[in-house]
Amino acid sequence: MIKKLFKTFILLELLKGLGLTGRYLFARKITIRYPEEKTPKSPRYRGLHALRRYPNGEERCIACKLCEAVCPALAITIDSAPREDGSRRTTKYEIDLFKCIYCGFCEEACPVDAIVETAITEYHFENRGEQIFNKTQLLAIGDEYESQIAADRAEDAFFR
Amino acid sequence: MLELSIIMAQVIGIIISLILGVIAYTYSERKIIGFIQARIGPNRVGPLGILQPVADVLKLLLKEVIRPRHANSYLFIIAPILSLAPVLAAWAVVPIAPGLVLTDINIGLLYLLSMTSLGVYGIVIAGWASNSKYALLGAIRSAAQIVSYEIPMGFALLGVLMAAQSMNLSAIVMSQQGGVTHWYWLPLFPLFVIYWISAVAETNRSPFDVAEGESEIVAGFHVEYSGIPFAIFFLSEYINMILVSILAVTLFLGGWLSPFEGYPSIEHYLTWIPPTIWLFAKASIFMLLFLWFRATFPRYRYDQIMRLGWKIFIPVTLLWIIIEAIAIQLNIQPWFNS
Repeated sequence: MIKKLFKTFILLELLKGLGLTGRYLFARKITIRYPEEKTPKSPRYRGLHALRRYPNGEERCIACKLCEAVCPALAITIDSAPREDGSRRTTKYEIDLFKCIYCGFCEEACPVDAIVETAITEYHFENRGEQIFNKTQLLAIGDEYESQIAADRAEDAFFR
Repeated sequence: MLELSIIMAQVIGIIISLILGVIAYTYSERKIIGFIQARIGPNRVGPLGILQPVADVLKLLLKEVIRPRHANSYLFIIAPILSLAPVLAAWAVVPIAPGLVLTDINIGLLYLLSMTSLGVYGIVIAGWASNSKYALLGAIRSAAQIVSYEIPMGFALLGVLMAAQSMNLSAIVMSQQGGVTHWYWLPLFPLFVIYWISAVAETNRSPFDVAEGESEIVAGFHVEYSGIPFAIFFLSEYINMILVSILAVTLFLGGWLSPFEGYPSIEHYLTWIPPTIWLFAKASIFMLLFLWFRATFPRYRYDQIMRLGWKIFIPVTLLWIIIEAIAIQLNIQPWFNS
């Protein structure tokens, strides 16, 4: 009883609490100033999609429609037709990024590593309909970020 | 006429320096609380976010002043003024250096106590005039809390009054001369602690901020206020915080006196520091404590606040006043020499 009274009156617990927060006053700050600083991303990061090409410039996609079939959100739409040289190619490859849940199944299903999810997260749409990316846009993303995509794939290759 | 204009210039000088002090204080509050929470606080506006308070002030001044339809318009407008005016008036008797005080009245302590108590009227009227249940609840809580903590605070001031044998603040400071061990915090330590906790409660700061407890009553007495009236409430709260910090220093920590008085070896090297700097250096410790408390303690429950005030603080202060009276009778040096 007296001990408890004594403990209350010397405000020990309050001082302990102040000590803890006082230590944090000088602790390392973990804030990331976003546009200037960014958190590191895993090579497996699943962001915006891209269609890749072979080094000779030929597009990888062979219109097997496995990604369309596996897509749980039905976000991918593919039409295909034989090209002039007789090879099987897509005439339409669209991804609705509002439907897409970024699960990465399309990338897993693809036998030729054509459709990939890049580490890009900074994109936006300004008008209705812009969220549907067509083949040209996806190929352009792939062309622009090919070096990074290839580097991420190479880093993760050991675990696959 | 000349005399009047000199006084007006002094008053305006005090008000402007207080407003600048509040601006610096809000910035340091956000930075320090951020640091304690392992954040970096404001850092976007200007270098290191130093212009953030300027942006905040501009935002508040440009916002629309919304008056609720069923609010009592006269009281609604007069409430923020009523909360700011006594806080500013209290500064008239605060000495910031030997002889540097607006009015050196001989009942300074009594005047201060009455002025800091008047601030509650602004809050109560704001809560009533808003015609909002949250504002009314906040005002009732605030009124009960301030009335309760006035008593232990008054007793703590009474202890200082007994020790200094004077109500004049400059005289109280001068009676503490002789270095850090001669200050009143040592013989009056329980009163000092209780004064400080009551001061936190009086200013409605965390952990005693039930008057504006966000989680229960939105924002308490100032829910309906926006723009400039809200800015005035904000200003009066912060000026009050600075005031009670300065008072804690003046009453218990020797005001503008250097802590190294009586230690000739150190004092010799520190004579160039003006007394005002000592006062503000000591007061800034208490201003830091306000922020530190806010970042550390969860809000007290309302009945706990009442229990603490009535059942613990008042008996403890009374007991210590009796002990002090005995000590004064026994002429214990160096603090009591009647």
